[in-house]
Amino acid sequence: MDKLVVEKLDLYYKDFKALKNININIMEKEIVAFIGPSGCGKSTLLKTLNRMNDLVEGCRITGHVTLDGKDIYKDMEINMLRKRVGMVFQKPNPFPMSIYDNIAYGPRTHGVRGKAKLDDIIEKSLRDAAIWDEVKDRLKKSALGLSGGQQQRLCIARALAVQPEVLLMDEPTSALDPISTSKIEDLVVELKKDYTIIIVTHNMQQAARISDKTAFFLLGEVVEYNDTEKLFSMPMDKRTEDYITGRFG
Amino acid sequence: MEIINKHTLKGSLKSYRNNPFSAFLFLLVMLATVLSFLTLLFLVGYILINGIPNISLDLFDFTYTTENASVMPALINTLIMTALALLVSGPIGIFSAIYLVEYAKRDNRLVNVIRITAETLAGIPSIVYGLFGLLFFVTALGWSYSILAGAFTLAIMILPLIMRTTEEALKSVPDVYREGSYGLGAGKLRTVFKIVLPAAVPGILAGIILATGRIVGETAALIYTAGTVAQIPKNLMSSGRTLSVHMYNLASEGLYMNQAYATAVVLLIIVVIINTISGVVAKKITKE
Amino acid sequence: MTKWKEKFMEFIFLIAACTSVMAVVLICIFLFANGIPAMKEIGFLNFLLGEKWKPSNNIFGILPMILGSIYVTAGAIVIGVPIGVLTSIFMAKFCPKKIYTFLKSSIELMAGIPSVVYGFFGLVILVPFVRETFGGHGSSILTASLLLGMMILPTIVGVSEAALRAVPDQYYEGALALGSTHERSIFFVVLPAAKSGIVAAIVLGIGRAIGETMAVIMVAGNQARMPAGILKGVRTLTANIVIEMGYAADLHREALIATAVVLFVFILIINLSVSVLNRRS
Repeated sequence: MDKLVVEKLDLYYKDFKALKNININIMEKEIVAFIGPSGCGKSTLLKTLNRMNDLVEGCRITGHVTLDGKDIYKDMEINMLRKRVGMVFQKPNPFPMSIYDNIAYGPRTHGVRGKAKLDDIIEKSLRDAAIWDEVKDRLKKSALGLSGGQQQRLCIARALAVQPEVLLMDEPTSALDPISTSKIEDLVVELKKDYTIIIVTHNMQQAARISDKTAFFLLGEVVEYNDTEKLFSMPMDKRTEDYITGRFG
Repeated sequence: MEIINKHTLKGSLKSYRNNPFSAFLFLLVMLATVLSFLTLLFLVGYILINGIPNISLDLFDFTYTTENASVMPALINTLIMTALALLVSGPIGIFSAIYLVEYAKRDNRLVNVIRITAETLAGIPSIVYGLFGLLFFVTALGWSYSILAGAFTLAIMILPLIMRTTEEALKSVPDVYREGSYGLGAGKLRTVFKIVLPAAVPGILAGIILATGRIVGETAALIYTAGTVAQIPKNLMSSGRTLSVHMYNLASEGLYMNQAYATAVVLLIIVVIINTISGVVAKKITKE
Repeated sequence: MTKWKEKFMEFIFLIAACTSVMAVVLICIFLFANGIPAMKEIGFLNFLLGEKWKPSNNIFGILPMILGSIYVTAGAIVIGVPIGVLTSIFMAKFCPKKIYTFLKSSIELMAGIPSVVYGFFGLVILVPFVRETFGGHGSSILTASLLLGMMILPTIVGVSEAALRAVPDQYYEGALALGSTHERSIFFVVLPAAKSGIVAAIVLGIGRAIGETMAVIMVAGNQARMPAGILKGVRTLTANIVIEMGYAADLHREALIATAVVLFVFILIINLSVSVLNRRS
């Protein structure tokens, strides 16, 4: 079933056309990877899916994006959209407060009250993000004391705590060491059971390892969008082939 | 094609309807902001409306009499006072900053002491400066109530301000300038005066303008150092009131309310002029 | 020759740098040398905790003035801090670009207006306003608090705005991405993250309010007796000095200088807490 559908989407920063006629369907409980050289528009498209681009001044978008058939720009309140479509950023960005309060922030925002209820959500989210064992004894300590990899998993837990349907990940491992990276990759594959995941990555091997489908971006266009296996083994487009064989980018 | 990510009023209203608490926070912010700026508008407006009709030629007569309550002597005293205080404090403040930035080694004990004392000076209330000026310049040095005693008191008061702004200006001069100059065989002194200082001029100027603002607005530090004589002084050893002191006397005596309004207008205009100049200088700094 | 010149100028710079140290030392010497003996003569406790200030009877207790300063400053904080912090939130996070420059320079104007002008405004507007709305004389703790609250606004707004702007955008974006509204993200993530800067703003505001002299004199009533209610007149430490210094002599004069010593110590404590805060953040 189609979870997210992008149709005829153009995006401009002032006069610069950053995305050109994007059409993409994302199925439920799939991992989709966006790959391509820097500045190709892959992160930009990701941010239109939870309307984070609205913060950028001079950004104009035309076209349609639907979530479960509902237009996210027209028929959905922006905060509800962001609750349903969670995001993990490139640089881990835990809030400067305790680990507990970091996770509790989202549920509290959406009206969850009561300590027992919150405690449950927090434990479940931290377990789902595979960090519970590392932090369970220091929930009241500042989240900024964690290592980079732990911070990123905390951010994933924080996103999970509001029970999203889709998880957007913007190069979530680019700031991390190899061990933390592999932990996050395992986690992403694990999360696929319950969530639809879109991951932007610089790292082609990462895309090949974890994603079901891959979209290759170049100069604001989707050059090729296919099953990951096919895209990497027999790319249809010459430019895709050049990129995955390392001839540019 | 229709732009779909435009924020519409309808969208915001809908969002606020779904999140009443956020709407409440928004209203709080707006309320406080409107209150802040309305207060200022009211203050400035009230003074202008009552003051402008009272501005007359008499008000700018060169001699003060009990009939005209002229601001002219006070205006001239303010100019003299500002010039003198800057003349004393400017070089000392700039030289101190040069020492701190260009000469002193990091973690030098003395540098720490200097910084702490400068911070302390910056926080001392002006009445304490006034009292010190009275004890030291007026009494101990025997200068009596005089422009000179007032100017020296103010000079100490603005010293930390000039030091700090100059320090920041010097620090923002890139090290490549210095290295370039040394590379050409110039000595330290030459580098400081020919390369670093010129590059830091806008920042230093900004500090001097700020200091001017403080001098013009100062009252408490002057009443017991420069005194309150309402005439143009014969020399630096005679007493004279600045515009702010003049304003205080008019207002607290209660006999010259119209002139007090007019004087307030003059003070406001001076503040606006100083702020405008400082805005121009600030723009110049950011451009570079 | 040049080497000699270099050394000489370095020495000159050093001397200049020591001026501020000298100034602080001189201020301390002159205040303490005059103030401490007076305190001793009056008796430290009699001076600090004495409830009566009657120079003509040689009774010098400054508790009324200490309390006066504290009440008036507390009032200014209660009024000025919420309005100032909320305004700074508007400036940093809500203000449309088109009007920002104008509003920013308005705040700078507010900061530049001399305290006598504020005092005058208080005298002609606030005093009658308080008298007619709440009764009493009009010159009162409430009036002084209102006026000082106004006067510390630009300090609070400026410093907290800078603190809010220094908070990395990623916190704000992280909160938004969880479905939190603009307002909630600012109040519950950005604002707490700017806490130390905002506390510094408040402490600076306290320093400004407690040291303010002329404006307070014009609206506070200046009665040297124990504060009796927010609609009653009050005298602050600063006012005590200005009002009586002109004619005081002997022990009276020294008692006034001792008043300045107390004020100075207050300010030192406040400054110290500011620099501790700065160092921590």
